[in-house]
Order: sequence, then C-alpha cells, then structure tokens
Amino acid sequence: MTERRIVLPGELLVEGDYQPGLNVFKYGGGFYASKIGVLSIVKQTVSVIALHGVYEPKVGDVVIGKIIDVGTFSWTVDIKSPYTAVLNASDYFKGRFNPARDPLIKVLKPGDMIIAQIADFDRTKNPVLTVQGFGLGGITRGIIVELSPSKIPRLIGRKGSMINLLKREGKCQITVGKNGLIHIVGEKPEDEELVAQAIRKIEREAHTTGLTDRIMRFMKKGGS
Amino acid sequence: MKTFRVVSQLVRARMVDLLSKNSRIDGRGLLDYREIKVEKGFIGRAAGSAQVSIGSTKVLAGVKVELGEPFPDVPDKGILTVNAELVPLASPAFEPGPPDENAVELARIVDRALRETETVDLKMLCIEPGRKVFVVFVDIYVLDYDGNFIDASSLASIIALSTARIRRFRVEDGKLKYEDGYMPLPIRHIPVTVTLAKPNDGPFIVDPNLEEELSLGNRISISIDELGRICGIQKLEGTLSVDEIFKAISIAKDVAPKLIDIVRRESGLNV
Amino acid sequence: MSSGFVRVDGRLPDQLRPIKMAVGVLDKADGSAYVEQGNTKVLVAVYGPRELHPKHQASLDSAIVRCRYHMAPFSTKERKTPAPSRREVELSKVIKDAVSQAIFLENFPRTSIDIFIEVLEADGGTRCASINACSLALANAGIPLRDLISSVAVGKYRGCIILDLNDEEDEAAEADMPIAMMPSLNMITLLQVNGVLTEEEFKRAFNLAVKGCMEINMIQRETLRSVYASIKGEED
Repeated sequence: MTERRIVLPGELLVEGDYQPGLNVFKYGGGFYASKIGVLSIVKQTVSVIALHGVYEPKVGDVVIGKIIDVGTFSWTVDIKSPYTAVLNASDYFKGRFNPARDPLIKVLKPGDMIIAQIADFDRTKNPVLTVQGFGLGGITRGIIVELSPSKIPRLIGRKGSMINLLKREGKCQITVGKNGLIHIVGEKPEDEELVAQAIRKIEREAHTTGLTDRIMRFMKKGGS
Repeated sequence: MKTFRVVSQLVRARMVDLLSKNSRIDGRGLLDYREIKVEKGFIGRAAGSAQVSIGSTKVLAGVKVELGEPFPDVPDKGILTVNAELVPLASPAFEPGPPDENAVELARIVDRALRETETVDLKMLCIEPGRKVFVVFVDIYVLDYDGNFIDASSLASIIALSTARIRRFRVEDGKLKYEDGYMPLPIRHIPVTVTLAKPNDGPFIVDPNLEEELSLGNRISISIDELGRICGIQKLEGTLSVDEIFKAISIAKDVAPKLIDIVRRESGLNV
Repeated sequence: MSSGFVRVDGRLPDQLRPIKMAVGVLDKADGSAYVEQGNTKVLVAVYGPRELHPKHQASLDSAIVRCRYHMAPFSTKERKTPAPSRREVELSKVIKDAVSQAIFLENFPRTSIDIFIEVLEADGGTRCASINACSLALANAGIPLRDLISSVAVGKYRGCIILDLNDEEDEAAEADMPIAMMPSLNMITLLQVNGVLTEEEFKRAFNLAVKGCMEINMIQRETLRSVYASIKGEED
C-alpha cells in the first residue's frame, strides 16, 4: 500500500497521461486537487477522497431525512444536503392518494424522521424520494446520530466488518444513510447509547490504525 | 432556515423521557452548566473585553469608553449603553441586518441587570454636569450559537466591564485632566443571569443547549447579584405556574454564586 | 534605498507581521477560520452550499456567493456603529469577487454560498486578512476550489515600498495596494490601488506583494496540513 498523502485545494498532483476523478481538475498539463483529502491514483484515474464536504445526492442512495414542511401534495425533507428533498404523497400512499381524505400532516409531521431512497435528481430539480422499498418509511423509535458523510465508508468498514461488529455486539439494528445520518434501534436505550458512543469514537479516530480492534474492546467493555 | 427550527421528534421524545429520570441528552445533571471558558483582554482596541464559551456557545463582549453629552434628565451621570448583535456567522438561523427582536431582547436583559443594580457607578463618570460625561458602550457579539446566549452574554459583559481599564483622570473645575496610567471603571456589583427551561411535565434544567431550548417550550432568565438580590427577570417562551416561578428563582439563587465566582476570579473584583 | 529603513513597529520593508491562523473554530458553521495579522483579527464563517431564499435570486446553472464584511463596534479606535458603512458595502463586494473566482460554482446550481466576515480588531489590512480567512473557511467547508487564495497589501510609505501595512502606516501612506491571488495557478483575483505610484514603483510594489502572497500561502497550507497531520498514520 502506498503512502497516504494529504492534499489541499490547488495542489499539483500529477502531470501527464491521466484521467481526472473525483475532486480533481485539469489545468494546463497538470491535475490539481479541489478539496482537502487523501490522494488516490487507481490505474490512470487521479482522485481525492475528500475529508470534508456536504452530501451530494445520488439516485439510488438510501438517506435519512427530517420532515420540515408539509404541503397539500408533498412533504419537504431535510437530507443535510444543499438541496431539500421532496416526498410526494402519491409515493407514500402508492398512488391511492386523495388530498381531501388523507391530510398529510396526520401521517408525517415536522420533526418526524424517515428512511428513504433517492428516486430522481438532476441539476434542474431537487431530489425526489421514495419510501417504497424494504426498510424504508417513517421512523418511530430509536435514536439518530450524525457522522461526517466522508467518514461513512469507515463506519461500514472493509466488507461491512465495522458495521456488522456494531450490530452484533451492540444488539441493535443500524441503518446508515449515505447523507451521514445513522438510525439505531435496540431493545434498551442503553444499548442504543453504547452504539452511538462507538460511532462518535469512530468519527474521532477514523484515520488511526487498529480502530476495529479498539471498537471491539469498547463494545465488549460496554463503554470506556 | 427552517430545518434548524424543527427538532427531530425522536430527540424531543428522548429528552423528555430522560428528564423524567433526572438526566439529560448530553449527560449533564439538571442544574449543571456546560463547561465555561473565559478569555479576557482579547481585543486590544477595546477598554475591556471577554470571550465566554458555555459549551460551544461563544460570545464576545467589548467595552469602549468615549466622551459624550449626558441625558437631560440625569445631567450628573455618565451613560451606559448595551448593544447586542446576533452576527450571522453564529448560526444558520441568523440573518444579516439591524438587530432583530431577539438581539434587542438580549441587550435589554443584560442592560437591565447592570442598570438596576447600578453596577457601574455612573456618578463617577460625570465630568461637567449637563455638558460632558463618559459613555460606556458594551457591545455583545454572539459568535457561535448552541443555546443560552443570554447567560453567556451577561457573563461576558460583566467580565469585560470589570476588567476594563481607562486613562486615569481627575476633574478640576469641571475640566477633564488626564494623568499617567490607567484605572478600572467604578464597578460596584456582580450581576449574572441564569436561564432555566422545563417541559410542560418535568423538572427545570439550567443552561439549556440549543436542542433543549427549541424543544422544552418554557424558559425563563433570572438575574441575581452577589448579594443574592433579584435584579431582572424575563420570562421567555411558554408559561409557568406561580409555584414554578418561585422554584426557578430559588434554583437561580443557588446556581448564581458559581457564575459570580468566575467573575471574581477573572476580574479580581472584591465586591 | 530600503536598506536601513526601519518601520514604526521595527519591521523591515519586506517583512510580514506575525501571523496566526486556525480553521474549524466555530461549531455551527459549515466552515470557519480565524486569522491574525499583527493586531488585526478576523473571524470568518461559511454556510452552504444551501438552498437560496428568495428563490428568484438563484442562478439556474451555478451557485451564487453572498458575502458580508462587517466590523465589530469595538474593533476600531473610535467605536464604530454596527450599521454597515459604505466602505463595508464596497469591501463586501470586492472580497466576494476575489474569492468567487476560486470556487467551482457550477457544481451547485440554484444554491448560495454565504460568507460572513467579522473584523474583531482592525489594525490595517483587514480586507486581505479577510480574504485569507475566507479561503481557509471555504476549504474547511469542503467546497471545491481551484486554489487557496492569498492576499496582502503593499504600500508606499515615506518614499519606501513596504509590505503588509498596519493602520498607522496605512493612514500616512502615499499609496496602498491590496492584492489577492491564486498562487498555484498564478492568477490575480483582487487588485486595488489607492494613491499615486510611478510605473516603476508599481512594478516593485506588485512584485513585493506577490512575494508576500507566496509566504502567506505557505502559512495557509501549513495551517490546513497541521489539522490533518494525524491522518498520515493510517489504517487497518
């Protein structure tokens, strides 16, 4: 494994026969970083794995959102991205929606949390959500913790090693939203709180060695 | 921004549930403040300044002293004015522009506690009655808003005032003469403000953080000085019963000495 | 002519004031930075990209930048009233123009990036310190940038070309000239001249300013790197 190099915006990364990947731009003959991150060169593609930044929605992502407004035909949902998302009543009610009969606020009100998938999004319109799918819909219990979206891969771990460890040792169901919100639900509030603490530890120590082992010890001990 | 005002129902439910078991979402006891940090003398161009953090809420207060005319109804007293700015860098909810109702309310809460106790002895700041007095400006800057900027602002203001230094002066035949060196402002008391919040059914907490402030629904600020006197009360949102108000006052009186000790420690003030 | 010229604060003509920088200093902002150059102290917060209200201000194919440069009432010798002055309105615009050049605005159509600058103490060079802090705060927010922007003022003071003027020098100067640039890409994003310079003086002043920007850029990069230094010792 090559040395991990931290790069900064405007830093010349490589010159020559390459392709610009994520967070990299070409200027003259050189390839430059546009964000603070870790340099990655795979085959001929140069990219920067950003350490900061907002969640940029992508179709197919599972996200966790907060209802912030209720209209006649749709809800407005904060998904911690530059764009608020829309959940249409026709999606929620599977097309059997009658605004006269089904006032939306009876179903989901401001402050309610949902797990949803991004069904549609492009440069001209805000993300459209769907709750039709396994594990999607309103959240009624448990807790939500927040993690920088750039650290989500670390929370999941290689082949899911970290997240499976948390689920198993923490005795909780965990849903990871790509937008950096994580839903934890367990039998007891103490179990949920322990998993939340472990996630905060992962956030703080995301880039240190031996983290999986330390999290394992943390969970076995029931906290530090 | 709307998303800021809407607290997740899950958080709200957990918060109220924990309160019924005498604990809080961030693990504090009901009557515990978050960690309080003070940095004083931070602004060289101000006569006095203090940056106070309560948790991640951060407030900077600066004191400037200038010459001006007294108010006609109190010709023999200097002037104290308190101004607060909720600067937009502090929160996604703050907008640029002239002080809104929240900023004005904040300034007036701090001002009232200082004024009613005559914390600054304004008679000492008169030079020529009716013509010339010192004007003391306290400017409060809320820099990072994670709830309870009132207590942080009142603490920053009294520390900035009590550590302020002005050119040493004397008054001769109504004329201002400067002498060598610097002197403190005439500070006579130490008023501090304790803010409490409670859900409709549940106990009081002090120093609500932002989520608590937005969720609990009932809030009150009580100013207390070093003699244990009540020197200002502002009921904020919500409603409280008579018994609850007496309860809030007795909690504030218990908690205030901790804040007053911080002011004494930082300023060396001996009142 | 500059040999032996000593400045009011004892600096050499081509010497910067002591500089302190920090990023991520505010909890609620998406990105933030604090910069001290001598006694000048500036705090900057960045919010966004976020949805823009009112919507009619939005641009359909890019983000727009909104910027407020504002001085604290206790930042100046005489207390400054908190209401924005014409000077603050102008500086808000030139700073916005200078930093917008670096941002990939086209990545975030229909949004705004809001930059709030509070000058906590003013002792000359506040717009340059603000630009330096904005650049750090934008990088800290994870907003994609072409380069960091570095900025400094030069001036002519008693016939001598000097770098990074403090307030006393600024008030007495025959001319002052703030510039900002993207050093890696060698592009100028701000240039103002206030006063009278010969062409030869302008060239010398400009070259000195570029040298100053390069030094500041080094400090900005060190500041950002030091925050992420721990990441080097990776991982499972």
